[in-house]
Amino acid sequence: MAAGLSQEEPVNRRQFLRGGLRVAAMTGVGALVGALAGRSATDGTVWQIDPARCLRCGQCATECVLEQSAVKCVHTHAICGYCELCTGYFVPDPNALNTGAENQLCPTAAIRRKYVEDPYYEYTIDENLCIGCGKCVEGCNRFGNGSLYLQIRHDRCLNCNECSIARVCPGDAIHRVPARHPYLLKTTVSH
Amino acid sequence: MKRRAHTFLVGLWTWLAAAGVAGAEQRFPPPDFESGYQLPVTQTPAPRAEWLQYFDVLVLLIALGLACHLILRKRSRAGVVGLSLFSLLYFGFYREGCICAIGSVQNVALALFDRSYALPVTVLVFCLVPIVFSLVVGRAFCAAVCPHGALQDLVLLKPVKVPAWLEHALGVLPYLYLGAGVMFAATGSAFLICRYDPFVPLFRLSGSVLMLTTGAAFVVLGMFVGRPYCRFVCPYGALLRLGALVARWRVRVTPDFCTQCQLCEHSCPFGAMREPTAPAANPAAQSADRRRLGWLLLLLPVLIAAGAWLGGKLSVPLSRLDPNVALAEKFLDPRKAAPLPGVQTPQSLALGRAEDNPKELLAAAAAARQKFAAASWLFGGWVGLVIGVKLIGLSLRVARTDFEPDRGACFGCARCFSFCPNERVRLGLQPAPANLPAPAAVAATAASVPPAKPA
Repeated sequence: MAAGLSQEEPVNRRQFLRGGLRVAAMTGVGALVGALAGRSATDGTVWQIDPARCLRCGQCATECVLEQSAVKCVHTHAICGYCELCTGYFVPDPNALNTGAENQLCPTAAIRRKYVEDPYYEYTIDENLCIGCGKCVEGCNRFGNGSLYLQIRHDRCLNCNECSIARVCPGDAIHRVPARHPYLLKTTVSH
Repeated sequence: MKRRAHTFLVGLWTWLAAAGVAGAEQRFPPPDFESGYQLPVTQTPAPRAEWLQYFDVLVLLIALGLACHLILRKRSRAGVVGLSLFSLLYFGFYREGCICAIGSVQNVALALFDRSYALPVTVLVFCLVPIVFSLVVGRAFCAAVCPHGALQDLVLLKPVKVPAWLEHALGVLPYLYLGAGVMFAATGSAFLICRYDPFVPLFRLSGSVLMLTTGAAFVVLGMFVGRPYCRFVCPYGALLRLGALVARWRVRVTPDFCTQCQLCEHSCPFGAMREPTAPAANPAAQSADRRRLGWLLLLLPVLIAAGAWLGGKLSVPLSRLDPNVALAEKFLDPRKAAPLPGVQTPQSLALGRAEDNPKELLAAAAAARQKFAAASWLFGGWVGLVIGVKLIGLSLRVARTDFEPDRGACFGCARCFSFCPNERVRLGLQPAPANLPAPAAVAATAASVPPAKPA
């Protein structure tokens, strides 16, 4: 114990240095808070696809960190033409206009086709089957009204700090949007 | 293309009405249903509620407070294990690794340099609160709140001792990783620390094969090397280590006096225990030490300058991690392959975007290049500084009379306490030895570390 007490002088000098550095670090943290407080937002952000920039490359299906991508096809029915020959639903040159698997463009048969009235058919997306590959989106945008488009579904999205799809998106279509307005839904026609 | 099936027999007024609603021409006007059909509404599932994010902050604060109490007051390994389990389940498997303090450093760096990025308050709190705690009580966050640390701590089976030279050499990596993470985040190019996080894919049970394998490798390594990620990779741990070096209070193994039994040294799986220094070194060796320290102090600015120079040279290759720079380089490359007609790859689509609007892309790429010109220079200087300071730290002599944990390296896992014979006496697990020192001396030692002492 005597040895311990005789060491008190240098320990005090170190303690003083430590105290000084600690105060400096606390001041630094305070300054950081001061600098960022004005610019921070109480509500967070989420990732979303801008349908106008989406190039339908298909990587949304494969690049998401989730095993089943958080990107799904959504349908704005107000823009839909309810076509009997839906170019988002049928492969080019289909054998017949029915729900036969060989006629469907969707690799997982996630689009449901329902007769409404002559000659209109309703198309709805089964999100549990949709993988977000955007094949239907390409068909609908190239030849139809463009009422099918991809959106990040926020009941599935983990809101990663760095969206792994945004990183490889060729259209640079995925950006952070305010969490209060988490969707970029189409309301007007664009091809 | 066949459009035979679509009917164009829709009245002109419908067409006009539709155009009015939609504000643009539609290839196929929306039908005028006669059967009373109602248009389905597009579902928009809401993101995670805002209050839940504030709840995460509350959980963080409570867990940190509890960790301090368990480590410094209760000195309870069982308590720390319990809290680690909770943190692993809550921040790890329930929150799936996001939000996490390790990655939040990048958000703060981005917010500092990019005025358009609005930093969520919760992220700012997650980044700064563990640092503030480290300045007061050391690495309580690492001990029991961080899910990454908890996972590695809980899988530890049979720790091997990492040789000192390797420990010191690898100990530099977290600072370099921190510098790189901050550089790429501040330039708005990438969030490296999140991208290459080995444990988050395990928490999510999904991710790229590369990262899942890396995570599994870290878990297996962690069975034999104590907390490999925390010690040799974690950039946030590097920050907390700096905080813990100047912390107000610290972990002390013995409750009163050290019997020099070395049991605590053997109990520490992280090599954080430091043995007492020899009381009197011979004067010749001391002066040699001083001379070396002097040389190293002179070397420090040289290392920083050399690092900055080298960093500046690496500016162009480093900037290629920015997606805009990478695309612009491909776009400007005269030898680029002509796109195959009819085949649309993501690469060809990206190049198509560049051709449609080259001005915007080239401006963004030039701005990123400019940022990297400054950032890589600073990063190089940082690398030099880290290496120089490490060398100086290695040649500093610290006087120690007892076995005590290294301030920076100690995670506060609370393993060592129960190995200390004096702690066992305090807990009443074994009888006090006959030659106990005078109570006054014990009280004097106890007063120097108030929070670790029971009354």
